[in-house]
Amino acid sequence: MKYSGAEIIIKLLEEQGIDKIAGIPGGTNLPMYSALAKSKKIQHILARHEQGAGFIAQGISRTTGKAAVCFATSGPGVTNLLTAIADAKMDSVPIVAITGQVPTSMVGTDAFQEVDTCGLAIPITKHSFFVSSAKELFHIIPEAFRVAEKGRPGPVIIDIPKNVQLEEIEFENWPMDEDTNIETNIVINKDRVSLEDIKKIATMINESKKPLLYIGGGMAQSNSHELLYQLAKRNDIPAASTLMGIGSFPSDDSLYLGMLGMHGAPYTNLILNETDLLIAFGVRFDDRATGNIAKFCSEASIIHVDIDPAELDKNKRTNLSMAADINIVLRDLVPLINCHHRKQWILEIEKIKEANPSYMPRNNDLYHPLNLIRSIGSIVDEDTIITTDVGQHQMWAAQAYPFNRPRTLLTSGGLGTMGFGLPAAIGAALANPNKKIVCISGDGSFLMNIQELATLADLGLNISIIILNNGVLGMVRQQQELFFEGNYIASSFITNPDFASIAKCFGIRGYDLIDQEHPNEILEKILSTSGPCVINIPINFKENVMPTVPPGAANHEMMGVKNHA
Amino acid sequence: MHKTADIIIQLTVNNHPGVMSQITGLFTRRAFNLEGILCGRLENAKVSRMYLLVKNDHRIDQITKQLEKLYDVLEVSLHENYDYTLFDNIHELIKDNREDLL
Repeated sequence: MKYSGAEIIIKLLEEQGIDKIAGIPGGTNLPMYSALAKSKKIQHILARHEQGAGFIAQGISRTTGKAAVCFATSGPGVTNLLTAIADAKMDSVPIVAITGQVPTSMVGTDAFQEVDTCGLAIPITKHSFFVSSAKELFHIIPEAFRVAEKGRPGPVIIDIPKNVQLEEIEFENWPMDEDTNIETNIVINKDRVSLEDIKKIATMINESKKPLLYIGGGMAQSNSHELLYQLAKRNDIPAASTLMGIGSFPSDDSLYLGMLGMHGAPYTNLILNETDLLIAFGVRFDDRATGNIAKFCSEASIIHVDIDPAELDKNKRTNLSMAADINIVLRDLVPLINCHHRKQWILEIEKIKEANPSYMPRNNDLYHPLNLIRSIGSIVDEDTIITTDVGQHQMWAAQAYPFNRPRTLLTSGGLGTMGFGLPAAIGAALANPNKKIVCISGDGSFLMNIQELATLADLGLNISIIILNNGVLGMVRQQQELFFEGNYIASSFITNPDFASIAKCFGIRGYDLIDQEHPNEILEKILSTSGPCVINIPINFKENVMPTVPPGAANHEMMGVKNHA
Repeated sequence: MHKTADIIIQLTVNNHPGVMSQITGLFTRRAFNLEGILCGRLENAKVSRMYLLVKNDHRIDQITKQLEKLYDVLEVSLHENYDYTLFDNIHELIKDNREDLL
């Protein structure tokens, strides 16, 4: 049989179980598209910007845990894609980006739309592959998926010159990748789980007076939410979550402390200051979560389990650390944990909670963002997937929406990419056709990938976009107010488009909730319908996300607690 | 035994274009100092050996772990008592060049 490189690529992707690819064609990836046209198994989603294609792939991947694929052409196609790739690296999202490259003979000549893709990829991918001949594809493509998904997941780029896509090779049988069944070079740590260490962890927990779980994105990545819940319940251990960990512990449970860190609940940060044993699972001690790292849980012993050995003792010295899949650790650990009701510790926590509650706006302040988020939470089903953009609305959603299941909050945590919400929602909807997706956005963020409304209109997916519109770059304005003496510059928009009308021009239903007496009722009516829509909701630009831990301060030194009380 | 100021990281790496920039890129991105590099092919030509001369400080564990994560890095080992003349000779080479220029 005779195959072109491009046909081999598509066939190998089919073998990986890929059924959707988001991308944009261009000069150097046209052969791949030509081969894709013949595929009966793969649906192509034509994005309107490569960054959109990258985030669509992320939306698929973040909800399924499996590597998703996006296509881009060389040069600007690649550079447009990079933000989504860097975003995937920071949040450990497995995606495989396949990019066209100028023909091998022209590489290095500054050819039209040539850019050093692999060079650009180095700091923002787990690895990138440059394919020099069609026969290499049989190894590189499955290897790229292994690298993306194994250990700590992350993005991989495969850069394929046009001549390699066009190269025809003949062979008798479809070659099998020799490495299919052997371990890749990526370290996986199954063998590093020592029962001795797990016993030590159990002893530390059993002997502690005030243990506290600090959970992150690793919980959902390792599918460990149920084991985690068993652990917490068995020994009465409260759990605080990072932004990426939200959904891995039911928010309505009495042991749940909510989000910690810069915009965590006041009591959460104060309780963290009291613990004598911090149990850090699937976290990386990120500065937004820990505040001033030297003052973070300074009195506590620290246990840290993460699949990436390089995260252990990176930012904070621990007493016991283990590079391992948390799921494997928890399976052995849970039975070793004493069933224990911690009356005193729970009582102390309740007291701190009572004295330092989360800020609750007045119930009749219907347009307060926290109330709006709560309303959305009470209207939609529990399996609804929420995507957010980045800024104040993102923090309000993290603080107030009742997340109870893993992988129901998709948000750009590490990189903080405005424009993430809409394309990620499209990806989530494609991978979860029976679920409703709600994209909570802001007027600043939404404009950063608004072109994907056209992609949404193409597909008619069940996505409701809610724009909390304050006419400013709210988080920037807030920081200028709090830390730059109210010296406002470049944070307020001189004009803002009419988002409901824009939606209509894209062929999508658009609504404006200006000055309604009962905005919740209208919201409920709109959210009960399916199909794409955009809902613009004006909010007060002076509302700030509180509390706020000032830069360099310890978490317990947050501001804005008393102001609102 | 006193601790020397420098330490050598010995790497076995896949021998293909881009490996050097992956490694130097890591040092740049993580703000680690890199004092010198020696590199050569091993017998089978598929892998190369690299010697990185770095300051021996508290970051060495983190550097090692980050290097181990790189796809093309097959093996990492640390050597405190190494034959420093390797790098001394490089210094001579650099000196010689400078004299040539003068």
